[in-house]
Amino acid sequence: MSVASRQFTRQVRSDRHRQMVTPEGIALQVTLASRGARFGALMIDLILIGLAIILASVGIGLLAGGTAKLGFEAGQAKGATAHALEFLFILWVAAIFLFRNAYFLFFELGPRGATPGKRMAGIRIAAHDGGRLSAEMVIARNLLRDIELFLPAVLLAGASQEGADMGPVSLAATAWFLIFALFPFFNRDRLRAGDLIAGSWVLEAPGRKLEATLSLGAAANGTSFASGATYRFGEAELAIYGEFELQTLERVLRDSRPEALVAVHEAICRKLGWNPGAGDERAFLEAYYTQLRARLESGMKMGKRKADKFT
Amino acid sequence: MAIFGLFGEQAAAQEAAIEVAALRSDRFRQQREGDWQRLEAIVRRMESGRLRKLSDADVLALPVLYRTVASSLSVAREISLDAAMLSYLEALVQRAWFQVYGPRVGLLGWFRRFLGGEWSRAVRGIGTDILIALAVMMAGVLVGWLLVASDPEWYFGLVPQQLADARVPGASREVLVGTLFGNQDQSSLSSFSAYLFSHNAQIAILAFALGFAFGIPSLLLLVQNTAVLGAMLWLYHGQGLTLDFVAWLSVHGTTELLAILLAGAAGLHIGRSIAFPGTQSVLASAAAAGQRASQVMAGVVLMLVAAAILEGFARQLIDNSFGRLTIGGFMLVFWLVYFFASWRNPLQSNAE
Repeated sequence: MSVASRQFTRQVRSDRHRQMVTPEGIALQVTLASRGARFGALMIDLILIGLAIILASVGIGLLAGGTAKLGFEAGQAKGATAHALEFLFILWVAAIFLFRNAYFLFFELGPRGATPGKRMAGIRIAAHDGGRLSAEMVIARNLLRDIELFLPAVLLAGASQEGADMGPVSLAATAWFLIFALFPFFNRDRLRAGDLIAGSWVLEAPGRKLEATLSLGAAANGTSFASGATYRFGEAELAIYGEFELQTLERVLRDSRPEALVAVHEAICRKLGWNPGAGDERAFLEAYYTQLRARLESGMKMGKRKADKFT
Repeated sequence: MAIFGLFGEQAAAQEAAIEVAALRSDRFRQQREGDWQRLEAIVRRMESGRLRKLSDADVLALPVLYRTVASSLSVAREISLDAAMLSYLEALVQRAWFQVYGPRVGLLGWFRRFLGGEWSRAVRGIGTDILIALAVMMAGVLVGWLLVASDPEWYFGLVPQQLADARVPGASREVLVGTLFGNQDQSSLSSFSAYLFSHNAQIAILAFALGFAFGIPSLLLLVQNTAVLGAMLWLYHGQGLTLDFVAWLSVHGTTELLAILLAGAAGLHIGRSIAFPGTQSVLASAAAAGQRASQVMAGVVLMLVAAAILEGFARQLIDNSFGRLTIGGFMLVFWLVYFFASWRNPLQSNAE
């Protein structure tokens, strides 16, 4: 792990960051999807599936009503109408089967690697080992979803219909459901049983704009336009801080909140033994940032790195 | 750098800016920014699903740009302290990685490949487990038979109520014959649709799911259910109807029992790989086994549908033992040839 990424973890203290190595041997920092985001995504998907099923049911129901009426008016043999109705019933069963299973497969095999719910939650699936996400993985993780989610639901529904001996069956179904629902809480990478079997995991989908370079800013070469002053820092003045402070300074400059600029400006001036003026903080900080970065980067070239002010 | 050629003026401006930049890391960024932006544009278009709008040149450029940007990232980590640029590159490489190493086939493409050899390869891949499950199922039949033969009271313990309607010990030969033949007037479609939710599909899924607990519950489930078969076999044997019963069962039974066998074997395969991962890590072992087993299970679903069609139509339409045996035997041979006559090189792994 390079120094840079160690500092990254230091900046963002979270247990959701993992290192993944691509087939090219490049270590990437990935962020696990939070359990809340995954739950929300699942809920959205289930609602969408539910809507699709309701629509299909209404459509087929209307068709069935029409068929029955037609058969009744024409006075056809009862058998033919019954057969047509049975056919519609089978169509309905097949439609539900398709919606339930093909929905996840279709979307997760697409270029986004995410169902509509996952996309809204900003998460997607990926191969756990950093290799190719194969169709087999997607099939496996969604086949298990059937067992984790729909099987206990069917069992519970069946048990509540029978009524009489509900106790043991519903208890077993609930236990079954809980085992799989709590599975992501008991392993490091928050794998669902289906993820474990498929070798996949769920990550946050990254997206970040390329921001302007600060060291090319107006005041970066040391001259302030506001005051006309030129800031030059000596070796001793730049040797105080390390990479961690540089990145903090970068964040302050990018956020550009006036009170933060003033506070940081004051802190640095005190450390340097300068008398902090007012009104020209940004130019001062940009100049200090650029020169500190130049010093630290030339140190990197020599293999010398300074992590923070304590080293 | 092709992009510079397209925008001559921009290139000139960039050249000028590069000279101005004091820091080596900034010059590094300015020289490569064009590539990064181009990769980002391609990836963004792919993510938004507009694959058709991608030009051939972009499609060809994607893997090259991905590697270029990935190496930019490695270099940048060593020479630059610009945190914003580093995290941008990190995110961009990750997004491009998702696209370059995403699934190569859609649902239909997978299905075509699945039928064209992936399925049978997966089945051959769990051969050991199939043999174990087969032995267990045969033992189950034997146990069922022996138990009922020693004490007919066992029959009521083994066979669930809804199956044991008229088929109970002491039933006359006529009643038993009646359960096998002469049900043509039943609606074939309704029995088909009822079947989709039936007992045996549940058993197949359960047998697979329980593989998690090291495969032992899968085996118990197989024993329990084939014991029912053994008990009923004994019942019909007592009235000299063995062959007719086997024929009645074989129409869909060869397909269905094979499906249950495969499901149990798939569950066992996962259980075994978790319990004995060998030199791999448990996670890697479980993932490899899980992918293979889920291919088998996707096929089991298809087989159960086929069994449902056979049970719903063929068994009602053909009312003699010879015809039924022919169909059942044909299906058995068909599946076995499909799975085990490897017309594709079994060594050709799914390397992609």
